[in-house]
Amino acid sequence: MPDLTELYQEVILDHNRSPRNFGKLNFFNHKSLGHNPLCGDKIKLYLQIEAAKIVDIGFQGAGCAISQASASIMTEILKGMSLKEFETLFGHFHSLVTGQSVEIVQEDLGKLVVFSGVSKYPLRVKCATLPWHTLKAALKQDKETTTE
Amino acid sequence: MTRSQTGFPKGQEKSGLFNVEKIRADFPILNRKVQGNSLVYLDSAATSQKPIQVIQALQDYYQTCNANVHRGVHTLSQEATNLYEASREKTQAFINAERSEEIIFVRSTTEALNLLAHSYVMELLEPGDEIAVSEMEHHSNIVPWQLICQKRSARLAVVPITDTGEIDLQELDQILKRQPKILTLAHVSNALGTVNPVKEIVKMAHARGVKVCIDGAQGIPHLPVDVQDMGCDFYCFSGHKAFGPTGVGILYGRLEVLEKLSPYQGGGEMILSVTFEKSTYNELPFRLEAGTPNIAGVIGLGASVDYLNQLDFSALAAYEDTLLEYATVQLLGIEGLRVIGNASSKVGVLSFVMDNVHPHDIGTILDQKGIAIRTGHHCAQPVMDRFKIPATARASIAFYNTKEEIDKLCEALQEVYRIFN
Repeated sequence: MPDLTELYQEVILDHNRSPRNFGKLNFFNHKSLGHNPLCGDKIKLYLQIEAAKIVDIGFQGAGCAISQASASIMTEILKGMSLKEFETLFGHFHSLVTGQSVEIVQEDLGKLVVFSGVSKYPLRVKCATLPWHTLKAALKQDKETTTE
Repeated sequence: MTRSQTGFPKGQEKSGLFNVEKIRADFPILNRKVQGNSLVYLDSAATSQKPIQVIQALQDYYQTCNANVHRGVHTLSQEATNLYEASREKTQAFINAERSEEIIFVRSTTEALNLLAHSYVMELLEPGDEIAVSEMEHHSNIVPWQLICQKRSARLAVVPITDTGEIDLQELDQILKRQPKILTLAHVSNALGTVNPVKEIVKMAHARGVKVCIDGAQGIPHLPVDVQDMGCDFYCFSGHKAFGPTGVGILYGRLEVLEKLSPYQGGGEMILSVTFEKSTYNELPFRLEAGTPNIAGVIGLGASVDYLNQLDFSALAAYEDTLLEYATVQLLGIEGLRVIGNASSKVGVLSFVMDNVHPHDIGTILDQKGIAIRTGHHCAQPVMDRFKIPATARASIAFYNTKEEIDKLCEALQEVYRIFN
C-alpha cells in the first residue's frame, strides 16, 4: 500500500495552502482556461511571453491539492524559462507522474520530484498535468482545454 | 410501510431484528480487501453490490437455458422466455403496477427517461411550451428534456429547492399553473439524499392536469414503491442500484398513457409485420422493446426482486434509518466538516465538504484505507451551483453497511483533516 505522505508531501500541502503566483497578471499576452470535469479542477493561466521566453506567469483556480500545488510549483519553476525548455521539462514531468523511466530524468526535474508519488495513483495523473496542458493550450491560444 | 403492505402477499416477512451479519454473508464482494484493508463500501448510490442469489441467477441462465426470447419453438427458448416474463411479473408486483404490460424493460433509468422524452413528450411539445424539472435532478433527468426542448423551441421550467435541499412546493405550484407538458422529478436526490413527497406532488400536478414522471433510481433501493398509491404516470429505475445487474432498467407507465408512446427504436420483437411499404407494431410491452433484450439482466433483476421480497422490509428500513442517523451525528462531530442536504426526510446519502480539503483528495485518502466513497458533482452540477460548491464527498449506505464501517469512515476523515489543516 503506497504511503499517503508520498502523495501528499509537505511541499505539495504548502503550495496548496499558499499558492505562489496566484492571481491575474496586469499584463499578459496569452491565457487559457483548463478544467477537469471529472473532479471539477479549474485553472486559469495568464502568461507574458516575450522572445520565446516566459517572462511572467500567474494563475487562478480551484480544485484538489494536487492540481493547485502543481499549478503553483509550475509557475514558480517556469518563470524566466524559454518555451523550448518548457517543452523538455513538460516531457520529463509527464514521465515522472506516469511512472516512466523516472531515474533518468529525475535530476532535471528539481522541485517537481515532489510529484513522484502521483504515479502510484493513476486516477490523479490528470490532476497533476492539468496546469501543464493548460499552458500548452495558452501557447496555442486555445481558449479552453481539458484533461478529460 | 413494508413492501408486503404495498401489494405483496403477506406472511413472507420475518419477525425479529434485522441481522446485518447474515445479510453481509450474501454479498461475496464484502469479503475482499482493498489496499490491504477490509473493503468499506459506501458508494451504493453509484451502484449497489450484488447478493450471491443474483450472481447465481445470471450464471444459471447462461449455463442452463441460454436462448433468445419470444422467438424459438424449442425448449431452451421457452424456458428463457418464461424466466424473462416471470421477471416482468415480479417487477409488476414489486412496484404494485396494475398490469404486467405496464413494465417496459430498458437499459437503465437514463434510457427510460430518454425513451419517454422522445416517444411521448416531444410529440406533445409546441414552441414556447415548458417541461418542469427540479433543481435537484441528476443530469439524466435534465439533458434528455433539454434535447427535446431544443428541437421544439420549448424550455425547461426549473422548480427551485430550499437551503435544506427540499422542493419548494409553492414555487412548484406556480410552475404547474403554467401547464408544463410534464413534471419530471427524483423520488430521492442522489446528491442530497432528500426524499421528495412524491404522492403529494403528484396530487398537486394532477390537480393542474400535468403528467408526472418519477425518477426512482435512488428511491427503489431504500423505499417501498407502490405506483398506484403514488399515482404517478411514469416511474423508472435501474436494476443495478437495487442489488440487481447493470444494463437493465424499468420504465413503468400507466397503461392509458403508455399506449400513447410511439415506438422508440425499430427492430425485431417490436413489430407484427414488416414490408418495405409499411410495418405494423406489436402490442405493449413488446412495442417498446426492440431487438434482443438484456435477457440475463432481466432475469437477474427478477432475482434481486426475489431477494428483497424475502427480507423484512420494515426492519430493514428501520436499520437503514438508524445507520444514517448515526452516520450524520458522527460526521457532524468531525472538525471542519459540513453536511450538504439537511432535508427532514432523507435516505441513503450523506454529502459533505471539509474546510480546506477538496473532495477529490478526501476520496484518494479514504481509498488507501479501503473505504470507497464518491467524490465530485455526482452528475448533479445544478445542485452544486445551488449550494455554491464545486463538488462534495458522498458516502452512501445500503442495508449491508454497519456502524463499524461508519466509525472507520469517521476515523479516516479525522486523519484527512489533520493532513490538510
